[in-house]
Amino acid sequence: MAAWQDFIKRDEPPPEWPYPIKYGHETRLETDVLVLGGGIAGCHAAISARRSGARVAVLEKGAAKWSGSGGAGVDHWLAACTNPLSGVTPEEYTEVAMASSGGYDCGPLRYITCRESWDALLDCEKIGLKARDTEGEFAGADFRDPETGLLFAYDYKNKSALRVFGHNMKPLLYREMKRLGIEIYDRTSVAGLLSQDGKPGARVVGATAVNVRTGEFYVIKAGATIISTGLPGRIWTFSTELRSTFRDFNNTGDGSAAAWKAGAAFTKMESSYGDSGAFGYISYAMGNAHNTWYGCPIVDANGKEVPWFDRDGTRLETAAERFQPAPGQKVIIGLGERVPSNYVNQVSGLAADLAELIRKGEYKLPLYADLTRLPEQERRAIFGLMVGNEGKTRVAVYDTLTKAGFDPDKDMLQAPIMPPEAFRSPNFWAGVDVPQWRIFGSGGLVVDWDLKTSLDGLYAAGGAIFGTGAHSSAAASGRYAGRKAAAAAKAGPERPLPEPQVEAEKARVYAPLWQHRHKIGWKELNAGICRIMQDYCGEYRSEETLNAGIRLLGELRCSEAARAYASNPHELGRVLECESIMTVGEMALQASLARKASSSVLNLQRLDYPEVDPPAWAKNIVLKKAGDGVEAGELPLDYHLAAPFKPSYAENYRLHSGLTPENDKAKP
Amino acid sequence: MKQKVYMTPNPAVPNDPVEFDEKICNGCNQCVEACRNDVLMPNPEKGKPPIVLYSDECWYCGCCVQECNRQGAISMVHPLNQSLPVSWKRAATGEIFRLGMLSPPPPNTRPPSG
Ligand SMILES: Cc1cc2nc3c(=O)[nH]c(=O)nc-3n(C[C@H](O)[C@H](O)[C@H](O)COP(=O)(O)OP(=O)(O)OC[C@H]3O[C@@H](n4cnc5c(N)ncnc54)[C@H](O)[C@@H]3O)c2cc1C
Repeated sequence: MAAWQDFIKRDEPPPEWPYPIKYGHETRLETDVLVLGGGIAGCHAAISARRSGARVAVLEKGAAKWSGSGGAGVDHWLAACTNPLSGVTPEEYTEVAMASSGGYDCGPLRYITCRESWDALLDCEKIGLKARDTEGEFAGADFRDPETGLLFAYDYKNKSALRVFGHNMKPLLYREMKRLGIEIYDRTSVAGLLSQDGKPGARVVGATAVNVRTGEFYVIKAGATIISTGLPGRIWTFSTELRSTFRDFNNTGDGSAAAWKAGAAFTKMESSYGDSGAFGYISYAMGNAHNTWYGCPIVDANGKEVPWFDRDGTRLETAAERFQPAPGQKVIIGLGERVPSNYVNQVSGLAADLAELIRKGEYKLPLYADLTRLPEQERRAIFGLMVGNEGKTRVAVYDTLTKAGFDPDKDMLQAPIMPPEAFRSPNFWAGVDVPQWRIFGSGGLVVDWDLKTSLDGLYAAGGAIFGTGAHSSAAASGRYAGRKAAAAAKAGPERPLPEPQVEAEKARVYAPLWQHRHKIGWKELNAGICRIMQDYCGEYRSEETLNAGIRLLGELRCSEAARAYASNPHELGRVLECESIMTVGEMALQASLARKASSSVLNLQRLDYPEVDPPAWAKNIVLKKAGDGVEAGELPLDYHLAAPFKPSYAENYRLHSGLTPENDKAKP
Repeated sequence: MKQKVYMTPNPAVPNDPVEFDEKICNGCNQCVEACRNDVLMPNPEKGKPPIVLYSDECWYCGCCVQECNRQGAISMVHPLNQSLPVSWKRAATGEIFRLGMLSPPPPNTRPPSG
């Protein structure tokens, strides 16, 4: 067998690095639209820019065929408000999402998603995605439309969330990118952005990158650049030993950090929430009643069923009722949107006092997810369709469990055994939240109605933009940003690259190869950064702790981090990620410092400003880098409907979307 | 018994998230190309299964398995702290099973939907 220790056991030296080492080699490229990050948003952006006639290059740290949080699949396609069966308009859905987020959401991203989520799904269907039940496997089910074969999720009345068979989504997008002649650079990790004349705040004219297999340096000149490197991660918790990250391991906010250094504006960076870190369970592989497993009956150790209730506390007797909005409720927006749950958007759920009932002994642990109690089609939709396609599930859960003999027709899957309070959320596999162990919330780049950032030449799509959303918003915003970037790239004059900035970047990128080996590798460094964030930017924050955190991260940068070493191109990429993680961490600390108030939606608890959501602070705090310091400003929550923009979503969309009435097939 | 013993570092955790069946794998390295984290490295010996170099960076997405077109050549293994809690009870009989048990029930051969 082939682990490197085996070579030693065979009296052989461990093999040499398998790829050619090209430290210091420089490749120069030129393109119209440069896409940074080939995940869901990046692939849709690239395809859309290419179809708009631009030359397109994609830089991807992993392998674009499978990379990103959506790389291992998708089973629920949200916010498809313009599908012919939808009972909710883009305006209504946007209003619900904005209100549920307390206004702290990105209006353009949200509305563009609602307008183009369905179109993006049709794009995917054209390239081979199975987006409907064409064979009639679910014929007769109340979540299937007999005419179109579309399958709904969560809200069978409004039908804006669709169930899709997306285990091969990324390979299909990849094949289409290849077919269209998009240049894809795999294993090529974005290091920094290049600005006109090397000046932060100026137009973005390209980027630098390093290949994590060969160490080769890339300099790319671009007419327009799109940041699609996803939601930043590995900021508060990091351990490879116990369990990997839930979100893509490679999403360390490199694009965000690069945009920050180039002077772009960010908001909502103070938001985060508690997480189980590395102590969660295999995602989707434990008994639960959330998201993919939504609607599944939960029973206790003696087979006693836990009742379901709607948002008003009305007991729901049948499974079918769990998939209907409550009386007076307009729409249930899908699970997984990252929109905070509140009365307006609440899904039905298990008894709200389940924790107390477990304490009283009314329900005995362990609990089980009992699929056998569901009608066959609902059961197959959960363990078959959704668990077969969700992402990190087809092999990791469906194949693994069925090979081991699990049969949803006969078996009840055990939920983890946790403290009673942990059963308040039906997402049991996530484990027990530790308040100090945070996960990045929904901060990100500020964008306008073109999905342009505050910098000329720089666009954003997907999780890199502030605000909520998931797979379909990454797809829709990518599709939109691709069009806009292609148009902008065509318009631009020839702009030379800032050579001194290129040289400085090159020196920075290679430093970990030559630095004094002080025994700080990337893993220890990552864990160290996380410790600072847990302590100084944890559940409770104050002026003193936040300032101390900023000071400590600054010190770390010049001391241990400056001596971190890399033994090969792979480790080099990982050390460079730590630099991004520190930058994103600093943004979170600075944003928390600038908001002198606590907030429930943003999950921010300031010990020194305990008042929760005082009206005077109902505004976005916007940060950008200014020299060596930080400039904090404000943006009204409804900035996207205020001058210079128009007062309605539809009008802004019409003016900016780049679609003429003829090619805009989406009907509002 | 004479066995040579070496100074080796502790095994990385997880020990072996990806297992190859040498009889089925033909060393085509498609899985190496599929892995987002370069957990797998091509074997210097042509035709042999890849080397699991960065076992500690496995994301457990199973894309390597999805990419492989030689059934059974590669399988994904969850680390013990993750697989041990996965347990189920047969509703009719009350029998308890778990992932990794010594004598598991016969496999359920129904493929996923789609
Ligand atoms: C297991 C799982 C299942 C999910 N299932 C669903 C679902 O069914 N429905 C749903 O709506 N949502 C789902 N989501 C959420 C959805 O996948 C994400 O919202 C979506 O992928 C976000 O798209 P993105 O393009 O912003 O980020 P990603 O798809 O994560 O793409 C970011 C890309 O950037 C690359 N990158 C990062 N840094 C660099 C760098 N320095 N240089 C070059 N490239 C870089 C990464 O490798 C990655 O490919 C799921 C998420 C997970 C983790």
